[in-house]
Amino acid sequence: MRHRIKTWGPGLLLVAPSIVAIGVFVYGLIGSTINLSLTDRHSARPAENYVGTENYGNLFSDDRFLHSLRNLAVLTVVFIVGTIFFGLLWALLLEKGVKGEGFFRSIYLFPMAVSFVASGVVWRWLLNSAEGQNAGGLNALFGMLGLDFLQNPWWSHPTWGMAAMALPAIWQLSGYIMALFLAGFRGIPAELREAARMDGATEFQLYRHVIFPQLSPVALSALIIVGHMSMKMFDLIMAVSGAQFVTEVPSVYMWQTLLTSDYAKAAAIAIVLLVIVALLVIPYLVQNARAERGR
Amino acid sequence: MRRTSWIAGLAVAGLALAACGGDDGDEEETGGTTGEASGEVEVFTWWAAGGEKAGLDGLVSVFEQECPDFEFVNGAVAGGAGSNAKQVLASRLQTNEPPDTFQAHAGAELTDYIDAGQIEDVSDLYDEFGLNEAFPEGLLESLTVDDAIYSVPANIHRANIVWANPAVLEGAGVSTDAPASVDAWLADLETVRASGIEAPLAIAAPWTQTMLMEAVLIAELGPDAYAELYDGGDWSSSDVTSALEKYGQLLGYANADRESLDWPDALNYVTGGQAAYTLMGDWVAANLDLEGMVAPDDYVYWPAPGTDGVYQWLADSFVLPVGAPNPEGTKCWLKVVGSADGQREFNVAKGSIPARTDADPADYPPYQQSAMEDWAQDTLAPSLAHGSAGPVGWGDAVNSAVGQFSSGGDVGQLQDALVAAAESQMG
Repeated sequence: MRHRIKTWGPGLLLVAPSIVAIGVFVYGLIGSTINLSLTDRHSARPAENYVGTENYGNLFSDDRFLHSLRNLAVLTVVFIVGTIFFGLLWALLLEKGVKGEGFFRSIYLFPMAVSFVASGVVWRWLLNSAEGQNAGGLNALFGMLGLDFLQNPWWSHPTWGMAAMALPAIWQLSGYIMALFLAGFRGIPAELREAARMDGATEFQLYRHVIFPQLSPVALSALIIVGHMSMKMFDLIMAVSGAQFVTEVPSVYMWQTLLTSDYAKAAAIAIVLLVIVALLVIPYLVQNARAERGR
Repeated sequence: MRRTSWIAGLAVAGLALAACGGDDGDEEETGGTTGEASGEVEVFTWWAAGGEKAGLDGLVSVFEQECPDFEFVNGAVAGGAGSNAKQVLASRLQTNEPPDTFQAHAGAELTDYIDAGQIEDVSDLYDEFGLNEAFPEGLLESLTVDDAIYSVPANIHRANIVWANPAVLEGAGVSTDAPASVDAWLADLETVRASGIEAPLAIAAPWTQTMLMEAVLIAELGPDAYAELYDGGDWSSSDVTSALEKYGQLLGYANADRESLDWPDALNYVTGGQAAYTLMGDWVAANLDLEGMVAPDDYVYWPAPGTDGVYQWLADSFVLPVGAPNPEGTKCWLKVVGSADGQREFNVAKGSIPARTDADPADYPPYQQSAMEDWAQDTLAPSLAHGSAGPVGWGDAVNSAVGQFSSGGDVGQLQDALVAAAESQMG
C-alpha cells in the first residue's frame, strides 16, 4: 500500500496545483454560470429566485438567437471546408518536395501569428460592401480588373454574409491545417508507398487508397480544432463588422447581452455555446482515449 | 543531488518572498486610498481623445480653480464609444469599488444604475447649487425619476439634425431649405436621385438608422405621442405602421453599404458630393469645423424634416455613486459640472451646448448659437439611440430590429420586434 502511494504520490502532488486551478477556474466557474442561468437576474440587482429552464426556453424562441445560430452554422461550415481544402492543397504541394519548402511553409504558416483583431481591421477595409462607383477594397480591385460581376456585398449580405466573414479566418488558419497534414504525410512510412508503387498503383490511386485513409485521424483532429475555433470566434467579427444583427453569432450576442446587464440570459447563451462545442469535442476525446487504451 | 536541492530550496524561498512582497504592495494601496480619501477625485469617463478630451480638460481647469482642496484623477477608459468603459464600470460597481464619479447619459439610461441602487439621489445638490433655476423645466422633468434626480448634465446635444451638401442640392434643382415634412423630403430625394446621385441619403451602421427612424416617428406622431411610446405607449398602432413604412421608403434612398460604415464615413459621402443628406447629431458640427467647412457655403443643416420646433436631446452627465470613496470631492466636481464656468469651458471645446439657460451665446461658435436659441424654446423629445429615452437593453433590442429591417425590409416584422422590445422593458 505504502509502496503504491510512493509510486503515484509525487506525481499527484506535482499536478495537484493544476488540478485545483482547473477545478476552480474552469469547472467551478462553469457551475456558477449554470447556476446563474437558472435564475432571473436580468439586471445588476442580485437574483431573486430560480426559474429553472425558462431562460433557455426564451432563447430558443428568440428569433435573434436562432438567427445567430444560423450565422454560426454558415461560418463554421465555410471555415472548415475552406481551411481543410487549402491546408490539404498546400500540404500536398509541399509534400512533393519543392525547392525552398521551408520558405513556403513559413509563408503559409505566418498569418497564424497575426492577431485576429489586427488582421480584422484590414479585412474590414478589404471586404467593404460598397459596389460600383463608391467601391473600396476587394470590390474596387475587381472593378479595376474588369471583373465587375464579382463585386458583391460581402458580409453585409443577409443570408450568406457569414461566408465572407470566414475568409479572413481561412486565410489565417489554413497554414495551421497545412502543418497538421504535412506532419500526417510525413508520418506515413515510405515502405507503404513503395509497396503500392511496386504493385503498379498510379499516383492518384496511391493517394486515394493508401495515403488518405492513413490521414483520417489527422483530418479528424483538424476538423475538431477548426470547428471549435469557429464556435469561439469573437474578436474577428467585432473587428470586421462590430456588433451588428447581420453578422451576429452567439458569442457576440452574449457580449451585447452582458453590456445590458442581463446576466441570466448571457449565462444561458454561454452554456448553450459550451454544449455545442462539447458536442463537437467530446466524441473526439472519447474516441482518442479508446484508441490510446487499445494501443 | 545536494546542490540541486539547495537551488530548488532557494527558488522556493524566492517565490515565497515575491508573494509576500505582492501582499505588502496591495495593503499599501488600499491603505493609501483611504488615507488620501479627502484629496483625490477619480473621474471615470470614456473621453480619451479629440474634442471630448479637450472638453474634459476644460472642466478640469475650472475644477482646479474652484475646488483647490481636491485633486483630479483621470480614470478614463478609451475605446468603442463607452462599451469598454461600461464593462469596466459594471465590474467595479459590482465589487463595490466605484470611482468617485462616472459619466453616464442622462435620462432613462440611468435606470439600470438606479434600480441596482448604485447611484445617489442628488436633488439636494440641485437645491444647493441653484440648478433648479438654471436648467430648463422640460429637462428637469426628464431627469426626474420618482421625485428624485440622479445626475448633473454637463452638456446637451441634439440628435435630429440633417446635414446637406448645398452644391449637390442646387445641381439637382432642389431648394436648400428644409423640406416641410417627410413626404416632401421623399419627393426631394427622388429628384436628387433623378439628377444622377444613386444614393442621396447617406446612413451608417444600425444605431444611426435607429436615429433616422426616431426622427421619422417624431415627425409623423408628434413629440408628445413619440415620447409616450417610451412610457407605455402603443408601438403596434397604425400611426406607427405608416411612420415605419415611410422610414422604409427613406431607406430605399440610402447607400447599400451602410452596415460597414460609421457616422463619419456617411458624413464624408455628403461632404464629398456622393450623397446629398445625412442625419446625425450635432457633434457633426465640431467635425466640420475641424475640416474648415463653413455653413451655408460648404454645408447646410436643419432639424430633420417634420421635426422643426422639437429638440431631440441627449446629455452627458455625472453622478454620485453609492459608496464613492470621496463624496465631498465628488460634490465639488458636480458643482463645477453644473456651474456656468464649467459648462462654458466644457462645451466650447466639445462642440455641444450647455444645459444651463443662462449661458452667453457670444462665447460659442455659430452652430451652437442657433442650437442654444432652439434649446430655450423648443419642445423636448428623448432619444433611445443615445440613452435619454430608455435603458441600454431597450436600445440594443431596437438596434438589432432595425439592423434586421435594413437587410430584410419587412415593416410588419420590424413593428413586431419594436413591440416585443417595449414589452420586455416595460413589463
